[in-house]
Amino acid sequence: MNPFSTHAQRSLRGVIWMAVAVMVAAGGLAAASLLPEGNPLHASAFVVSLAGKYLSYAMLALAVDLVWGFAGILTLGHAAFFALGGYAMGMYLMREIGARGVYGNAELPDFMIFLSWKSLPWYWWGSEHFAWAAVLVVAVPGLLAGVFGWLAFRSRVSGVYLSIITQALTYALMLAFFQNGLGFGGNNGLTDFKDILGADLHAPLTRAVLLVVTGVLLAASLLAARFVVGSRFGNLLVAVRDAESRTRFLGYRPEQAKLLVWVFSAMIAGLGGALYVTQVGIINPGEFAPANSIESVIWVAVGGRGTLCGAVLGAILVNLGKTLFTAWLPEFWLYGLGLLFICTTLFLPNGLMGLWRHVRKPPPEEVTPEVADTQGDEA
Amino acid sequence: MTDDLLLDMRDVSVTFDGFRAINNLSLALRPGEMRAIVGPNGAGKTTMMDIITGKTRPDTGTVRFQGRDLTRLDEPAIARLGIGRKFQKPTVFEALSVTENLLLSLKGVRAPFAVLMARRSAGERERIDRLLHLTRLEAMADQPAGGMSHGQKQWLEIGMLMGQEPDLLLVDEPVAGMTDAETMATADLLREINRTRSVVVVEHDMDFVRALGVDVTVLHEGSVLAEGTLDAVSADPRVIEVYLGR
Repeated sequence: MNPFSTHAQRSLRGVIWMAVAVMVAAGGLAAASLLPEGNPLHASAFVVSLAGKYLSYAMLALAVDLVWGFAGILTLGHAAFFALGGYAMGMYLMREIGARGVYGNAELPDFMIFLSWKSLPWYWWGSEHFAWAAVLVVAVPGLLAGVFGWLAFRSRVSGVYLSIITQALTYALMLAFFQNGLGFGGNNGLTDFKDILGADLHAPLTRAVLLVVTGVLLAASLLAARFVVGSRFGNLLVAVRDAESRTRFLGYRPEQAKLLVWVFSAMIAGLGGALYVTQVGIINPGEFAPANSIESVIWVAVGGRGTLCGAVLGAILVNLGKTLFTAWLPEFWLYGLGLLFICTTLFLPNGLMGLWRHVRKPPPEEVTPEVADTQGDEA
Repeated sequence: MTDDLLLDMRDVSVTFDGFRAINNLSLALRPGEMRAIVGPNGAGKTTMMDIITGKTRPDTGTVRFQGRDLTRLDEPAIARLGIGRKFQKPTVFEALSVTENLLLSLKGVRAPFAVLMARRSAGERERIDRLLHLTRLEAMADQPAGGMSHGQKQWLEIGMLMGQEPDLLLVDEPVAGMTDAETMATADLLREINRTRSVVVVEHDMDFVRALGVDVTVLHEGSVLAEGTLDAVSADPRVIEVYLGR
């Protein structure tokens, strides 16, 4: 009946292996970027920022997998939390520009001068401090997710209706952030960043360090997510996913369990967004576009829903594919993505991770259809 | 109100879209009692269970459990007070193992953060071992519950109910779809459970009700038609009328 087993998909070994692989890859690439340019192993700034972008997206995918794969909440608006984290970091980076902006104002970012604002709006207070930005990066998405989740889960909104309102949430935020009056740079968003904590954002060393930091934080998020789903709470989430009303008669409040994982997931997404902005160098309302959230669900589906590692793998591979594909045949990328999603749904319901397990240990012959899927997983 | 009653439903009525599913129903259960509820389809048996467990709120009447008003509480709160419910269709968590199912059911931690930090204690291990033994599922302990037979799922669900350590168990058609041997084994199990807990069983199977050997309440059109031993109610002309007269 249910294709998602819990034991195997939460395999601790797999998650540790993936966390180490992510850190080694990020560290290796960062080291390669510091080699002199003539060296055959030299990695260009372009490649480094691309890798940073993939790893940031992997955090978004991980966040989606936590709520979709384990709690059954099909979110179609998770990029909203990613973008909010990005804006929180972007505000700090804007303030770091200081008097080096076009208008040379040490206090106000350029776009505010352009709008002839005289002082910073209250919500920009403290944005010159990195520590405050670091708090906002997780606090703002967490708070929004808390309010949204509390209202939605308490009213027992679930299934496709919940998916639709998550989509509406990100769309509404996109429209709001397009407004110049909101104080986040409107259409252009936040960009032209110069440095972070005094280090030049365009210097190879800064970029290398940012990539390593992203790798480490992604690995840490993976382990934290594994801790959550590997705990008794993880069992409760799976129980809520598969038979929500039954958990109520055991004395659990499923809305609380969902709220907890939802907020945690939004925080991981926000962290991913913050790392994204430092390496991509721009955040604008386009990041709230509904299509971004939907793409992040596809990454998870391709990698393997409810596996954590699959989310990371899917995000990296699909985005790598996107980069290559859009270079060769830009007009066909969306068709390719759609085809990929259809093929995954039809032929690889458990994604690449499911394929991997199948190859390593095919399911035994003599089982009822219900267990066929679960027993194909490694224990 | 008599406070020495375990469960005390008085003059309860519920209307769904003009249809009176429960009509001035009164039912009392003493601590330690087992009661069988029978009645034709649509008599209100499941709705009565829904009212006791907080799934449905009565329009009028009172429902007291150990002297506490249940009509203001929701399902989790009522479950935590000590009322366990077994549904007609076994609902176990298919993706979780038998042990994990039992672990979730164990009376104890329920708040999300506490559940997140909970580690399996020696006491919990022992309780699970006892439940595995009771339900004869020791060999299946680490198997996913989704792969078990219908009867095994029924037993696992009964084990989960026991894990909740409720004072009152509501059991909805436990032997539907079971073989005769399984039916009799289930009757034995319920009698065993009844030694320490009160039980309300809804069941159509008269052989099963007879095997339980307890007082019977006959529901009809949302109210109590007759109450007493199985032989007494079977001889009641009104009961015969309801069962045979249509």
